[in-house]
Amino acid sequence: MKAFETFETPTAARVNYINAEYGLKSWLLTRDHKRIALLYLGSISVFFFIGGLYAMFIRLELLTPQGDLLSSTTYNKVFTQHGIIMIFFFLIPSIPATLGNFLVPMMIGAKDLAFPRINLLSWYIYLLGGIVTIWALLAGGIDTGWTFYAPYSTTFSNSYVVATGAGIFISGFSSILTGLNFIVTIHTMRAPGMTWFRMPLFIWAHYATSLIMILGTPVIAITILLLAFERLSHVGIFDPANGGDPVLFQHLFWFYSHPAVYIMVLPGMGVVSELIANFSRKNIFGYKFVAFSSLAIAVFGFLVWGHHLFVASQSVYAGMIFSFLSFAVAIPSAIKVFNWTATLFKGSISYDTPMLYALGFIGLFTIGGMTGLFLAALAVDVHLSDTYFVVAHFHYIMVGGTLLAYLGGLHFWWPKITGRMYPEGWGRFSALVVFVGFNLTFLPQFIAGYLGMPRRYHAYPPEFQVFNVLSTAGASILGVGLIIPFIYLLWSMRYGKRAEPNPWHLPGLEWRTPSPPPTENFLATPIVTWEAYEFAPPEEMEVIGKFKKQELEAVGGEP
Amino acid sequence: MQTSWIPFVPESASTVSGSVDALYFYLSGVTVFFTLLISGVLIFFVIKYRRRTPFEIPRPIAGSHKLEMLWSVIPFIIAMSMFAWGAQIYFQNSRSPKNANEIYVVGKQWMWKIQHSTGQREINELHVPAGRKIKLIMTSEDTIHDFFIPAFRIKADVLPGRYTTQWFEATKPGTYHLFCAEYCGMNHSGMIGSVVVMQPAEFDSWLSGNASQQSPAVAGQQLFQSLGCVSCHGANGEGGRGPALAGLFGRKVFLTNNQTVIADEAYIRESIENPSAKVVSGFSPIMPTFQGQVTPEQLIQIISFIKSLQITNSQSSTPISNSPATAPAATPAAARATPAAK
Repeated sequence: MKAFETFETPTAARVNYINAEYGLKSWLLTRDHKRIALLYLGSISVFFFIGGLYAMFIRLELLTPQGDLLSSTTYNKVFTQHGIIMIFFFLIPSIPATLGNFLVPMMIGAKDLAFPRINLLSWYIYLLGGIVTIWALLAGGIDTGWTFYAPYSTTFSNSYVVATGAGIFISGFSSILTGLNFIVTIHTMRAPGMTWFRMPLFIWAHYATSLIMILGTPVIAITILLLAFERLSHVGIFDPANGGDPVLFQHLFWFYSHPAVYIMVLPGMGVVSELIANFSRKNIFGYKFVAFSSLAIAVFGFLVWGHHLFVASQSVYAGMIFSFLSFAVAIPSAIKVFNWTATLFKGSISYDTPMLYALGFIGLFTIGGMTGLFLAALAVDVHLSDTYFVVAHFHYIMVGGTLLAYLGGLHFWWPKITGRMYPEGWGRFSALVVFVGFNLTFLPQFIAGYLGMPRRYHAYPPEFQVFNVLSTAGASILGVGLIIPFIYLLWSMRYGKRAEPNPWHLPGLEWRTPSPPPTENFLATPIVTWEAYEFAPPEEMEVIGKFKKQELEAVGGEP
Repeated sequence: MQTSWIPFVPESASTVSGSVDALYFYLSGVTVFFTLLISGVLIFFVIKYRRRTPFEIPRPIAGSHKLEMLWSVIPFIIAMSMFAWGAQIYFQNSRSPKNANEIYVVGKQWMWKIQHSTGQREINELHVPAGRKIKLIMTSEDTIHDFFIPAFRIKADVLPGRYTTQWFEATKPGTYHLFCAEYCGMNHSGMIGSVVVMQPAEFDSWLSGNASQQSPAVAGQQLFQSLGCVSCHGANGEGGRGPALAGLFGRKVFLTNNQTVIADEAYIRESIENPSAKVVSGFSPIMPTFQGQVTPEQLIQIISFIKSLQITNSQSSTPISNSPATAPAATPAAARATPAAK
């Protein structure tokens, strides 16, 4: 860096990945990972909105104990579709397909992902899966619960089970291709000097996630195929009336769907590692422990699926083994939480919006993780399984965890992605509203759950009403908290302050290039001589993200 | 509303609910402690180490193996204490006591059909005496349901084609919620009822009060006649062309494929619905299937009848005594066969 004689701060490169080409075709046929990330960002936002609408109807229906707003059939479809849309079309692709797609090449100093065409293909596959699913929902919907338990799904449900399953089956290939692309890219395309242990933890988290995507997703595909096969041809696979075994379905389903929880939360942990380190200007405490804990979660996450079957007539001994393993898998997550907290020690902590989301994540993920221990404890799970306690627990992980990390990451990298700053005041305000609304929505559900309120109930005994009223009130606040960033982020794309290449003054590779970056990501292939989160002395920090005049002129940058 | 004197805990009305609550309080205590610890430290650090000048760069800290060990091992020990406690209660409750009163439960979309061993039937209500052990033998007519009594802290899935059991001993008279806890379709949230716990004397008079119905065993005996089972298995299950059934329940059965099976509810049911699946050693697979001809409830009645069959003196020379002469179509293998249903 010191080699540069004159430094310029370009406010925006004249030619960047957004304005390099114009027209719909240039977007729909792009192979630029950054543009594909934006395509994903747009499409998952649409699915998030649909899933959110379903959530709104659930909370409105449960405001009163009677099933009065929706019919029971409609309610069953609404909670099923809320789950399917949110899990398969928002949470699973959310961070990997948008932030991961944008940042994996930039953070390791690559020009693109290893297979740009496959990357575009994965978006089209995702979109096709999404369209098939939306068609199924519009044609009549599905009422099996997102878990598709047999024999209800194979024999008794009169809804669009096979069509919805087809949508999920198709979109699974998008996951597999994204995972494959990330793994190959991380192995083969790191810039000179970017050794494995210099990689940001975001990359480690995506590497671990990709392993699960590749190994786990084929199992859900097989399960859906078997289910469709039984439903269409009445071969006895799962329905005991035809000689099948319904518990087999649960084993197959959770063999994917429990690791899928880690597909959803590991990238969030990666984002939070970035936010905590960068906004406290400290290297991550225990870097290797945090990195390897991601891999440990990915591996052990495959061995705990049986904890979903403690009351499903699974053998007592299997239950005890799965309980033990479930407690064991909690340890790597605990290690992460302790290391994030220790990173803050003697740091220089700023209160920018992304950091508020990261701090919120740690608090809520701690509660989500600890309440997971209740469900791993056999005797207590017998009482709690299929109650609202479970609903509250996994929302703490997926909304309190994944969604907060996603929003934090989106704000953090927004200047890099769009070249514009979001309004900081509104950002902090909405982060606070989301935090308050979220807790008010889901804390009461822990209590309702222990008191015995079963999940997936359209009408419920009146003594549970007080908790549901609190929950609905919280959900309204949460909804407002999510609409605010939606509005100001859109607004900032046109009217936001122009972003510098390195607005947060950080050492990461993605900040050493203009905002928004050129199509090739970097002005010249970077050579990495520093460790991850190595904060240089102030005078050098100021230089990061500034460029030699001649270099800028070569790419048309505007000083 | 059923709540205990402790806030946010449902009423505790069975012998196991206290132990589940104790573990729940332990888990809650640890959760509150760690949540407060982490958020407390977090807030303290965030305030104490807030950024004071825009370009300050704090000194890097590499990490500490000692601390990593500390915060891996301590949570692991705590987690193992939770595991051991939860597993211990679960394991103790997994085995039903021998002297429990059996009650049959059949789930169907969307109601609970219950029958007492005396024949008393109930729908969406379960009357039980306080202070006596009750074992529920449960199956489903259609999809998966789940029999959940929050006040007793018990829950078990009710599956088609299988018999699951759970047991409890109620401690306090009163009326408690009964929920279906496994999503089962349109009216899932209507598949609810109540468990009425009565004083034992009160319960006995309730039970005899309208015992106009046959006990499941008697109804099973009639089915045994009308379905023609008697022609091969004998009127009292003494056996004939088919294996003897008296004294069968719970015994080990030798099969033609040299394997053995315990004659439990699932095996008897399978033998009625799919007789050629597990044929008793020494017998030919000649029994017709009764699948579709008997309902899950009738199956329970037949099983109940078979359970009630005892070995009488006149049958004392059946294959139990290993006398090959009494086994029809006797082969050497038949000598090893204990009597079994087929």
